[in-house]
Amino acid sequence: MEQKKAKITARKQEVLKELKNFGTSIYNQLDQGLFPSVNMPSRSTENITYDEQLRQYILGEKSVGRSTRNIRHIKPFTQLAWVALFSNELTSQRKTSTLRDVYYSAQAYEMTFSDQQESNNIITDLETLTGFAREDFSIFPEERSAIFGDIEVAYTVPGYEGKSVNLTSHPDGVLIGPAITSSEFLKTSADKIIAIEKGALFTRFIEESVHSKHKSLLISCGGQAPRQTRSFIRRLHDELDLPVFILTDGDPWGMHIAQVIISGSANAAHLRDLNTPDAVWSGVWASDIIEYKLPTDPLDEVDIKRLYELQKDPRYQNDPIWQREIKTFLKIRRKTELEAFSRYGLTYIVDKYLPTKLEAGPDVSTKRAKKKS
Amino acid sequence: MSQTTFEEMSVSDFFYRNRDIAGLTNPSRSIFVAIREVVENSLDAAESQKIPPDVYVRLSFESEATKETQIYKLRVQDNGCGIQPRFIPSAFGQVLYGSKYKLKQARGTFGLGGKMAVLYGQITTHKPVLVTSSTGQEKIYSFKLMIDIQRNKPVILDRKVITNKDGWRGTVIEFTLEGDYLRAMPKIIEYFKQTAMVNPYANITFVDPKGRLYKFTRATTIMPDPPTETLPHPYGVDVELLQRLIQVTTCMNMSTFLRQHFHRVGEITAQKFLDFAEIPISKNPKKLSHEEIVKLMQNLKKYKDFLPPDANCLSPLGEDLLKAGVTKELNPEYLVVHQRKPSTYAGHPFIVEMAIAYGGGVPKTGGFVIYRFANKIPLLYDEASDVSYKVISSMNWRRYKVAPDMPIAIVIHVCSTKVPYKTVGKEFISDRIEVRKEEANAIREVSRQLSHFLTRQEHVHMEKKRLGIFSKYLPRIAEFSTTLSGQNRQPDIDKLLKSVQKYGTEES
Repeated sequence: MEQKKAKITARKQEVLKELKNFGTSIYNQLDQGLFPSVNMPSRSTENITYDEQLRQYILGEKSVGRSTRNIRHIKPFTQLAWVALFSNELTSQRKTSTLRDVYYSAQAYEMTFSDQQESNNIITDLETLTGFAREDFSIFPEERSAIFGDIEVAYTVPGYEGKSVNLTSHPDGVLIGPAITSSEFLKTSADKIIAIEKGALFTRFIEESVHSKHKSLLISCGGQAPRQTRSFIRRLHDELDLPVFILTDGDPWGMHIAQVIISGSANAAHLRDLNTPDAVWSGVWASDIIEYKLPTDPLDEVDIKRLYELQKDPRYQNDPIWQREIKTFLKIRRKTELEAFSRYGLTYIVDKYLPTKLEAGPDVSTKRAKKKS
Repeated sequence: MSQTTFEEMSVSDFFYRNRDIAGLTNPSRSIFVAIREVVENSLDAAESQKIPPDVYVRLSFESEATKETQIYKLRVQDNGCGIQPRFIPSAFGQVLYGSKYKLKQARGTFGLGGKMAVLYGQITTHKPVLVTSSTGQEKIYSFKLMIDIQRNKPVILDRKVITNKDGWRGTVIEFTLEGDYLRAMPKIIEYFKQTAMVNPYANITFVDPKGRLYKFTRATTIMPDPPTETLPHPYGVDVELLQRLIQVTTCMNMSTFLRQHFHRVGEITAQKFLDFAEIPISKNPKKLSHEEIVKLMQNLKKYKDFLPPDANCLSPLGEDLLKAGVTKELNPEYLVVHQRKPSTYAGHPFIVEMAIAYGGGVPKTGGFVIYRFANKIPLLYDEASDVSYKVISSMNWRRYKVAPDMPIAIVIHVCSTKVPYKTVGKEFISDRIEVRKEEANAIREVSRQLSHFLTRQEHVHMEKKRLGIFSKYLPRIAEFSTTLSGQNRQPDIDKLLKSVQKYGTEES
């Protein structure tokens, strides 16, 4: 575990070095009487491609320049320099901030953004430029998801350094915020991670002691999992070598929540390690609707439109389970929610459905696909 | 009822009964019209001798009349040519008598305005008019007059002669009238302001009943050339005019008659026209029958080969004076003036002068401010009925980069021997195709130049904005990068800022 701690500190140093490099580059250009400019990979859609090897979206060769000589670039350039400076202060003083906080803090520097979207975009620019995620710059989104399970972590945030806590200590779960994502993993009895789309079911799982019955770390995604949660799942998977199972509603949107945890999003194509390619979508599948005779609602127009979109999405091509489930959805024209299992009693999903799904193991999808073919 | 009998019956009486047509409709309008007519006479009197006018106008309160109206005394003094004593009684005491009943450009056209004002004063207050005048010779003559309305004749109540020791020249007219000054005040002040605009060589002083002084000082002593008198053009005659000319002529045959009494008719033209009209050259004009006169008038209008009237009889302001006048009263940020070449309608020559002023002292009203003038008279009423209004509103202003909320003033001056007023009240010009065309061409010309100015201004504005952006952000970038890179000294960005400036001026 000592090695891991060194890794986190080293990453911080790298971030600080990268920010300083950016500052030095601007400074030197100015000092030589040049209009400072930067180049960074283009995030336009035509420059985003799916990498089969990495199993995520990546940016292509195209790059865009930002020059202060250009009247339209100089303001965003200044904002970029400011965000770099602000991130540098946060990171070196070991403080954290949120996207919203950055937007407001700018005003103190007379560096106003017209809206939060503009400041979010500039932060994304800084990510693209340096290759680090905003969480590395100590900037976190507002939305929080939660974790519960037997794992002991040691904080690295100021004032809590070395303090350790077991994540079963609070029955509502523990927020996945800067303190948790920057903590070091000490020990765990869990042998798997279960990521759940909805908070309600997450609470049910805690009540039903799924964490101990099935030796798992439970994570509530709160809908589409925030980036820090996705990168946290990746860290848990990589550092503790735990398989990841994902449970979502049985509709195209739930399916895509799982997909983003597995394959990442186009919006984050400039970043690495936000996705967990080995994670598995365990359900609820369209075929589960048939198999478990679950209560359903009809698919509406947007659902069907979304299914056709996903059918063509490159992320849905590498594993046959996706195409099979999409086809099933389109065939039965029905959708369902995780709560649908309640028709068989409150604990059915924990006692019957989950074990079956977990038993299928990480290779569940490929196995099933083979069975079918 | 024959025309002649009618006139003798009494022109004064006719106008007394129908004073509406001269604009004397109500107490507020009447006091405005009265002041305007007398002031215009004064300006004409000075201008005809190319003397820069000094006009002093005083309106003083005399007594209450009705609930809404008061009796005022109006006194107007000028430094014009003065009037010879033998003409004074008729000039002020007889309607349709005056120096203007000839063909040249003048502010009034009927010899009506000034006398109508005096007539109006007499019928509302029953008091005489006091006229003092000198042509600059040894004597000053002073008359106290009234008009015998039934007979259209002046009645001299008193006559004084004083020795002109100081060589004074000019005319003073003083009479009382009923009116509503408080109501009329905005129009009257506006009238003086606009008069000052088209008469930049005039000093105009107005003291109102409350003792407030309005002073409009001349900006130049340069004056336009006074108009020369011309004969009527054949296209512009009517039966009445023909009959009068025949009455007074000494010519014994048609050829000399045409040559002597009509503009731009020479021997050859006269001969060709008479051939065309099938009238013998040797015909005695006095022997023409009524039917032949009507036929002659029709043929005069039909004949295509008369030369167009020349514009010597016109006295336009000229581009320089118009510029001086508008600058004096509006002090705009940008001003362009344009004078059209002379044109004619129905045998009457006319010239359109146009100015467009932007910014500075141009009032911001949310629309264009239109200043209309005809023979240097401001037209203050019925703007929307004027031909210029149609011309202005049918322009595609966006093509000229003009937005409706811009502070823009348009000045239109039409001068003519016969301004095509729609009504006797002389408030707006009728939509004659020739006039409209000239106005449209003039406004296009000045608008084109304005649009160049606006484009230039937009560039300057953009450039300022551009430089502002650079000088706002470059120092911040320097500051941020210095801290971020851990340097102690800020990089020198003066050169960069200067380079954008240079780049900027090249671009514009």
